[in-house]
Amino acid sequence: MQRIGVFVCHCGSNIAATVDVKKVVEMALMEPGVVHAEDYPYMCSEAGQAKILEAIKTQGLTGIVVCSCSPRMHETTFRKAAERAGLNPYMVEIANIREHCSWIHKDTTEATKKAVILARAAIAKVNLNAPLQPGESRVTKRALIIGGGIAGIQTALDIADAGYEVDIVEQSPSIGGRMSQLDKTFPTLDCSACILTPKMVEANAHEKIHIYTYSEVEKVSGFVGDFTVDIRKKARSVDMDKCTGCGVCQEKCPSKKTPSEFNRGLNNRSAIYTPFAQAIPNVPVIDREACIKFKTGKCGLCEKVCQAGAIDYEQQDEIITEKYGAIVVATGFDVIKLDNYDEYAYSQSKDVITSLELERIMNAAGPTKGHLERLSDGRAPKEIVFVQCVGSRCADERGKSYCSKICCMYTAKHAMLIRDKYPDTHVTVFYIDVRTPGKNFDEFYRRAVEEYGVDYIKGQVGKVLPQPDGTLLVQGADLIDNHQVLIRADMVVLAAAIEPNPSVRGIATMLTASIDTNNFLTEAHPKLRPVESPTAGVFLSGVCQGPKDIPETVAQAGAAAVKAIGLLAKDKLTTNPCTAHSDELLCNGCSTCAHVCPYGAITYEDKQVNDHGIREVRRLAVVNSALCQGCGACTVACPSGAMDLKGFSNRQIIAEVDAICR
Amino acid sequence: MQELIRETKPSASSQALVHRACELLSDGTVARVLGWKKGDLPYNPEPAFFDSAEALSSFTYDAFCGANLSKYMIEASRLEGKTLVFLKPCDTYSFNQLIKEHRVDREKAYIVGIGCTGKLSGEKIHALGIKAVEAIEGAEDGMLCEGQESASGKTRAAEEAAAAAEIVAPADPDAVLTIQTLYGEKTCAYDEVMLERCHVCKGKEHKIYDELLGQSRETKNADRFAEVERIEAMSPQERFAFFQSELSKCIRCNACRNVCPACSCRKCVFDSNKFDSSQKANVDSFEEKMFHIIRAFHVAGRCTDCGECSRVCPQGIPLHLFNRKFIKDIDTFYGEFQAGEDAETKGPLTSFTLDDAEPGIAEGR
Repeated sequence: MQRIGVFVCHCGSNIAATVDVKKVVEMALMEPGVVHAEDYPYMCSEAGQAKILEAIKTQGLTGIVVCSCSPRMHETTFRKAAERAGLNPYMVEIANIREHCSWIHKDTTEATKKAVILARAAIAKVNLNAPLQPGESRVTKRALIIGGGIAGIQTALDIADAGYEVDIVEQSPSIGGRMSQLDKTFPTLDCSACILTPKMVEANAHEKIHIYTYSEVEKVSGFVGDFTVDIRKKARSVDMDKCTGCGVCQEKCPSKKTPSEFNRGLNNRSAIYTPFAQAIPNVPVIDREACIKFKTGKCGLCEKVCQAGAIDYEQQDEIITEKYGAIVVATGFDVIKLDNYDEYAYSQSKDVITSLELERIMNAAGPTKGHLERLSDGRAPKEIVFVQCVGSRCADERGKSYCSKICCMYTAKHAMLIRDKYPDTHVTVFYIDVRTPGKNFDEFYRRAVEEYGVDYIKGQVGKVLPQPDGTLLVQGADLIDNHQVLIRADMVVLAAAIEPNPSVRGIATMLTASIDTNNFLTEAHPKLRPVESPTAGVFLSGVCQGPKDIPETVAQAGAAAVKAIGLLAKDKLTTNPCTAHSDELLCNGCSTCAHVCPYGAITYEDKQVNDHGIREVRRLAVVNSALCQGCGACTVACPSGAMDLKGFSNRQIIAEVDAICR
Repeated sequence: MQELIRETKPSASSQALVHRACELLSDGTVARVLGWKKGDLPYNPEPAFFDSAEALSSFTYDAFCGANLSKYMIEASRLEGKTLVFLKPCDTYSFNQLIKEHRVDREKAYIVGIGCTGKLSGEKIHALGIKAVEAIEGAEDGMLCEGQESASGKTRAAEEAAAAAEIVAPADPDAVLTIQTLYGEKTCAYDEVMLERCHVCKGKEHKIYDELLGQSRETKNADRFAEVERIEAMSPQERFAFFQSELSKCIRCNACRNVCPACSCRKCVFDSNKFDSSQKANVDSFEEKMFHIIRAFHVAGRCTDCGECSRVCPQGIPLHLFNRKFIKDIDTFYGEFQAGEDAETKGPLTSFTLDDAEPGIAEGR
């Protein structure tokens, strides 16, 4: 029989204002095995911990239950306290009577009843707890960065500068990401490429950084400190070692009708292409869907003109398997599709464009070589309307509930740049709110209004109607003057919401990293662990975690790097002793557990067993406790109940359920 | 009782199988035969092992040999030498599933895939008010044999001609059983007393075999999921009442579990003292609320829908409906899947793909 001590925390008034803590103490004392119970205002404080230590020593406790906040907060604190008193740390259980109880209930009677039940469940579990000993695992001193945009590049540079090997996996043919598509950056208006390309070059030249472009993460196994990742290096059809990047193949390629991804489909590219002039690596890829040689077997012009003999039509996808200690996700964003927003006539008129398309139009390397012109007839627009919050802060299913955060600033930037370069152009911005929190941000926006004379109208656009003369009739509302606004515009620019890159879902699943309803990766703690995923060894960099601008992205990228470096600097990690094990007499050898194990920790062996006198060789499951992460998938999949998890045994869980239902 | 049963000479089906079994026994290919032997009544043959030609004198293969022999191969896999096992098309699914789960040894089995004419239910005959049965004519053969007339009197040549013309012969409406009882001669339609599973037959194809014997008859004439859909359409209260009324008949005899090829655990959780489930199972209300639901969860994704659970239930509970509901949901969420179709594919519940349905999907329905 255990000798259990129960410690009920007031958490100041966080718990005690809603839960009758004295009552919880009183009820806990009536539970089997409980020999001591007390309450204290702050159990996590030095004085609170001292009470636990003293009770363990004087009462000879064999197990303790702390009724307090979430185990995420202070489980470690209390385990360490128990350890100091000579008790095995795994004899400590937390009953979460704050997040699960006091914070979500108002009625004291009800909340107290629930707190008692939660305490009872934890006591029932401790009654079945057994001491556990953690082991050790190694740390592979190499980091994987998924995504080669500014977030991924910055994280890679910071980790590599600390002396660790870093691999970047980028799905497109070049690193650079969204930032490489931008023309100027707010609030300083410096050229995006001018500040990005040095970083790209630095990453490429860094001896500790290896870049896999045109590649995707295919499979992830293992765990913190010891991930094994399969990277699919897609066939470029060009030998990276031989290619000199002369570009002749791209000039000669006769297939030039594929919309350019880099220019957002505003112009076309050849089948063999590098996305942009400063691409890294400066080695083209053949788009096999567009290539005449791959489609018909004829052509082969690029091979003929290539002096270096780099064209290789036979090249196959290559799978590279590498081990990593840490993984940083930096998959970035895309703008939403505007299919649900037909009122803005995006699909009907070439002169209704997204802000990212405007970036390409304004850029010297863009489809119009940097001239602001209408894509329909090439005329210079004299009247431009910007529409904010297209799909952002949307109350219904059509768009996103969140604020995309960057649109207010880039719209001010666009408006200002246009007014600066084309002073005869009139610019109107429809907005819900102008949000400019950030260093020098509000000053920037004020300049657009006050110095550049941009017309800001508070209100939304209801409809954009393409007119027979090629203009666009914009119907909007001015909420301050309370009247309808009609503008005959030459161009309409939509600040479309941003959303996480669609590839993030698959990556999150492979990493068992959680994502929220908007597909943004979830942090381990929204305030205190903002760059860590709840999955150990996985870190978050950039917009994959939430909308942010370049300075914020770079700051977060650095933070993620520091967290990864902190992990890589360790030689050994303490492993979780809560691992699975199989009861040889119950195991059917059916392989179900091995099928569901995400860590490949279960193998099968033919072993001699003695089943109540019957000696025979049976096929049995064997768990490698170094690989097992204690997820428990096997224990629920096992039909005979042979698989069990230390610290969370089937009997413990059932005992908790029984205690709750009693 | 025994003297009441009229002795009949072995049917063509039984003769054909016994003949082949004797050959395989005598040339040493197999050490024993797993088949069916006559029961004490005309409609209750039972699974049996035979280790010699003499023993095979009690062998039978008639229209009542519904019992799926796959599960007995777990035991046979531990014995010396190969076992000849007769498997009907639907039984082969269970056998594949057992290979997949490493419960049977393929090398220890010599599988003779045999034809099937649709299997009959003694319970259904009783349900028609035909009691005290002494003999049944029209059910002697379990399969169609070479040159033999089918149950309806059509020759096999005619059946083949129909098959060649791609005419799907439905369960023959004309086939009739003539039943001698203490109360005189009765008749009933073959189709009327066929097991539920034969009306939703998975097909005439054997999924695994070493050789084939005999021909099958097309018996499918009902929608497999119609009953599940009917129950799905009920209000939660109606549904609860339906299952409670069915499951309250349960006497916890464990026949369903013991016959189920998917319930092949060395030690069932309900028999093990390692879990509290065994004690809980003794609580009165348990069987009608938990036992069958837990069992359905344990076989989910592995159940081949062989229908043995419902066939053996002495209380006539339609237990297969639970499993079929799971199968229907699995088909909906993960794409069509038939357990036991082959011996390799991972089931949808034990494999993972990136486009798997999200857990919340069930709620929105």
